[in-house]
Amino acid sequence: MSRVTRFAARDPGPAARVAGFIAHLRENGLRLGVAEADLSLTALAHVNAAQPEECRQVLRAVCTGCKDEAERFDALFDSFWMDAGRVKQRIIPKTQATLTDDVHSSRDGTGQDANASGTSTTPDAGEGDADSDGTGKLIATEQRNLSRRDLRDLVRAEEIAEAETVAHRIGAALRDKRARRRIAARKGDRLHFRKTIRRSLSTGGEPLRLLRKRRPDRTRKIVALCDVSGSMSVYAQVFLAFLAGLMRADKDADAYLFHTRLVRITEALRDKDAMRAIGRMSLMADGFGGGSKIGPSLQRFADTYAKRFVDGRSVVLILSDGCDTEPPQHLGAALAKLKKRGCKIIWLNPLKGWRGYAPVVGGMVSALPHLDLFKAANTLDDLAALETELVSL
Amino acid sequence: MTWTNLQTALAAHDYVASNDLAVALHLALTLERPVLLEGAAGVGKTDVARTLSLAQDTQLIRLQCYEGLDASQAIYEWNYQRQLLTIRSAAEDGETGQSVEDRIFSRDFLLERPLLAAITQDKPPVLLIDEIDRADEEFEAYLLEVLSDYQVSVPELGTITATSKPIVVLTSNGTRDLSDALRRRCLYTYVDYPDRGTELAILKARCPDVEARLAEQIIGFVQKLREEELEKTPGIAEMLDFAGALMGLGIADLTDSPAVLHSTLTTLLKTQSDQAQVTPEVAARIAGKAA
Repeated sequence: MSRVTRFAARDPGPAARVAGFIAHLRENGLRLGVAEADLSLTALAHVNAAQPEECRQVLRAVCTGCKDEAERFDALFDSFWMDAGRVKQRIIPKTQATLTDDVHSSRDGTGQDANASGTSTTPDAGEGDADSDGTGKLIATEQRNLSRRDLRDLVRAEEIAEAETVAHRIGAALRDKRARRRIAARKGDRLHFRKTIRRSLSTGGEPLRLLRKRRPDRTRKIVALCDVSGSMSVYAQVFLAFLAGLMRADKDADAYLFHTRLVRITEALRDKDAMRAIGRMSLMADGFGGGSKIGPSLQRFADTYAKRFVDGRSVVLILSDGCDTEPPQHLGAALAKLKKRGCKIIWLNPLKGWRGYAPVVGGMVSALPHLDLFKAANTLDDLAALETELVSL
Repeated sequence: MTWTNLQTALAAHDYVASNDLAVALHLALTLERPVLLEGAAGVGKTDVARTLSLAQDTQLIRLQCYEGLDASQAIYEWNYQRQLLTIRSAAEDGETGQSVEDRIFSRDFLLERPLLAAITQDKPPVLLIDEIDRADEEFEAYLLEVLSDYQVSVPELGTITATSKPIVVLTSNGTRDLSDALRRRCLYTYVDYPDRGTELAILKARCPDVEARLAEQIIGFVQKLREEELEKTPGIAEMLDFAGALMGLGIADLTDSPAVLHSTLTTLLKTQSDQAQVTPEVAARIAGKAA
């Protein structure tokens, strides 16, 4: 563990190593530029850089920007500097070769190649062996599907563009007029005294022009939770495109996937390139198409992320069929907790579109009392049709 | 000065900083970069700025962010009332035109708000921008401009450049995501709840009168309580209040009287459901485990 990486003899020096490390971080999804590499080097000059622990602390302060990154940093640091690379590399989600076309790595001198998935020292990294179970089931399953699935196979770029327009309209429908403070506006309902007096200075203290203010429109924040368990896999295409579109249309929106665990995919979906965003998301969503633990996932959401991101101005959008393997009371309790934060909860259930469907499954029954809106949604058109319903919410 | 020196300097003012935090602050000082501290409420983010100003023997300028905070509250504003009065009295004196305008748009009529105040000090102050996540995104963008150039432009006066670069500490509770641009500009440290040893050191620094045995019990109790599923996890400030309450009541051992222990829990548990969850029996059980 504490073995420091032995770099090749032709290695050009510390500057190149730091540049290599930055490239290594970049390949692992941290957004860093030349400025950070420069800053890292400067910062290292201010401490005892021969001490691995100090280097770690310095580079962590410079290179990370949020909690998630700070948590991942240790593993990334170890894999590059501490020679744990061959073991650690497999654990860290890696972007694939096709995704890193725009990244030019200067890491050749280090003797490591992060692009190779599965090296001779990691014999079980092959993709084929875990694939056989847990796909295409239409019932809730207990199994956790450990195979990794590339979601880019499911979603096409055109669909995202289409979903983006839908998401735009839904966002507009949810616009809320509840702002308390007034701001200056040409057609306001009240006088803006401060501005009026300020303007009157130019006319010798006589307020000739009256300026106005009004309550501005405030957008609501949309938090989308998408179920990607096995039973939902047939609808995944629509919903994932919708999520991707939503994140691109609305910069405040927040997105999560859940199956047996809950994953926050907001950061990944913010990527400028739509398909690369989906690629990054599929790296995070291992377990796609596996079992569904809706109750515990939502409970986890209510306990962690919701405390930070959900308030009275949020709309929580749950995209799930409600087929839960866990006892229904979990789901009820989680939604009750969520509801306490003052948000609106909308549940879009693809099964509701089926003829003769009634929400009699245990999970759905316990969820119903907490929902503000319970609707069917199988296709993008269905989602677009929600617009009118959302206005009245 | 190395980061260990800084850590000692902070400790001299009763602040026990983790290594990560000390290194980040040390870099902030040497590289003149803002430092962004993120973490749960009550882990000592605000306090570190205050202590830093004491350790550096400089002024602390604090900007508390809130929703709707705008430039006039954060940077500068003209003293309109005074300007108006001056115009009126100038008109009576027969003074007009350019001279009045020059006078009312001078530094005398400018109300300095924290950001402007911070860059016009002789000695670099510590500028604490507290709970930046509460401010609107528009303000965040404006803040970036000030933080990158350390200058403020007032249309009527021209550009005011910094006489000294302040040491900027931003804190965030994570109620919303900060913009990438702001994160990139800052050094980052996630401040977590302290481990047992650190928290014990904090308690000893802040309440030197607590007996060693009781101190161990208090820390053990609070650390165990943090593992419970609570709506609001008690922070360091709450722990110190709790210790203060126990001292005030003259309790020497936590396990002595469950009833008194439970009544002091009001210092730790701040919501009704948390208080309902930690019944006297639960509290006694946790205290027993911690002892």
